[in-house]
Amino acid sequence: MNGSAAGEVFARVVVPHLPAAYRLALWLLRDPAAAEDVVQDAAERAFRHIATFRGDNACAWVLRIVRNQAIETLRKTRPSAELDEDLPDRAPLPDADLLRAEGETTLRAALAGLPPTLRECLVLRELEELSYRDIADIVGVPVGTVMSRLWKARQILMARTEGLRA
Amino acid sequence: MSDETCAAMHLLIQAEHDGELGAAEAARVAAHLQTCTACAAHAAALRRLSTRLRAELPADPLPLRLQAVAARLSAPPPVPAWRAVRRQYPGFAAGLALAACLALVVLPRRAPDLADQAVTAHIRALQPGHLMDVVSTDRHTVKPWFAGKLDYSPPVQDFAGVGFPLKGGRLDYVGGRPVAALIYGRAQHLIDVTVWPGAAAPSRDGTTNGYNYLSWSHDGMVFWAVSDLNKAELRDFVALWH
Repeated sequence: MNGSAAGEVFARVVVPHLPAAYRLALWLLRDPAAAEDVVQDAAERAFRHIATFRGDNACAWVLRIVRNQAIETLRKTRPSAELDEDLPDRAPLPDADLLRAEGETTLRAALAGLPPTLRECLVLRELEELSYRDIADIVGVPVGTVMSRLWKARQILMARTEGLRA
Repeated sequence: MSDETCAAMHLLIQAEHDGELGAAEAARVAAHLQTCTACAAHAAALRRLSTRLRAELPADPLPLRLQAVAARLSAPPPVPAWRAVRRQYPGFAAGLALAACLALVVLPRRAPDLADQAVTAHIRALQPGHLMDVVSTDRHTVKPWFAGKLDYSPPVQDFAGVGFPLKGGRLDYVGGRPVAALIYGRAQHLIDVTVWPGAAAPSRDGTTNGYNYLSWSHDGMVFWAVSDLNKAELRDFVALWH
């Protein structure tokens, strides 16, 4: 594929999903500069590998690349334990305290305080309105796992925001 | 209804909430919710949570830098004609005459026309979250916003007094370079004015994909106005710039 053909495919396949990709990276990393870096790297990678896109589900393809890049960045910069989904019962993570201090809504803080594996499923379902199948493709887990993570994420959010109104 | 049965229903209730169930399973969930107040309350709580998440966590727009990355990767610089010919026919140590003949045959494609690019930029901008990087009706806010983002300072005017209020500005990518785009309103319509420094060129006007465009040059700047506004009013708007 020559440069301009790749550019046309990129514009059609990747560009429409960049806003969702940025939002996912932002929710995973909670740092606009880091999210921009991740999405830029992922976009460059998608451009280089545009010929491998088989034309089935552009959204899942793009978000998978971004998600993997974001998780890689998270692993480099955060203690590995924080990626573990079995931590929800402990006190709110530092992220949540910080956000609260900045005066953000409790709901935003509660979502930010979820472990990343739960947070990404909930963001993809609630904010991007993707199907279980797409979320499973992006995150690289079975649909059943997506369902149980969504359930867990929602239980935590409900418990933490119960009785609170914006 | 026993707790065990309810626990088994939980993921089904959630799947129904997420629109993932077929008709038969959905009917099963509905039947259960009619008889079980605890599960019905839970279903209602799921709905409340979704409503709040979507209402209270507005989508962050794509930052400028990523818009520029998208534009750059979507439109790599066009390959010069002679290189395209050499690529197509690497076996020829092509004489100029031969190359010229081939060029006629193999190079019907030209770089996208500026009018197409200006209209495409406008359509792209109309997608949610893309329209404005700086939202302000004050030209003294909009103009300085471009400083440091462009190697020129675009002329920013406000025509609110004559029914074309300034709405804001945006960095865009037209003609292979970053350019300033100014957004004006006219009733329910939006007008994009992209402007960059360039030699005076003949004015153009036309329609592409239902959008009207007009171009003009003034004081060393080239302007393109694009809108779904009717042509007559778009002309009135352009006349204000002269």
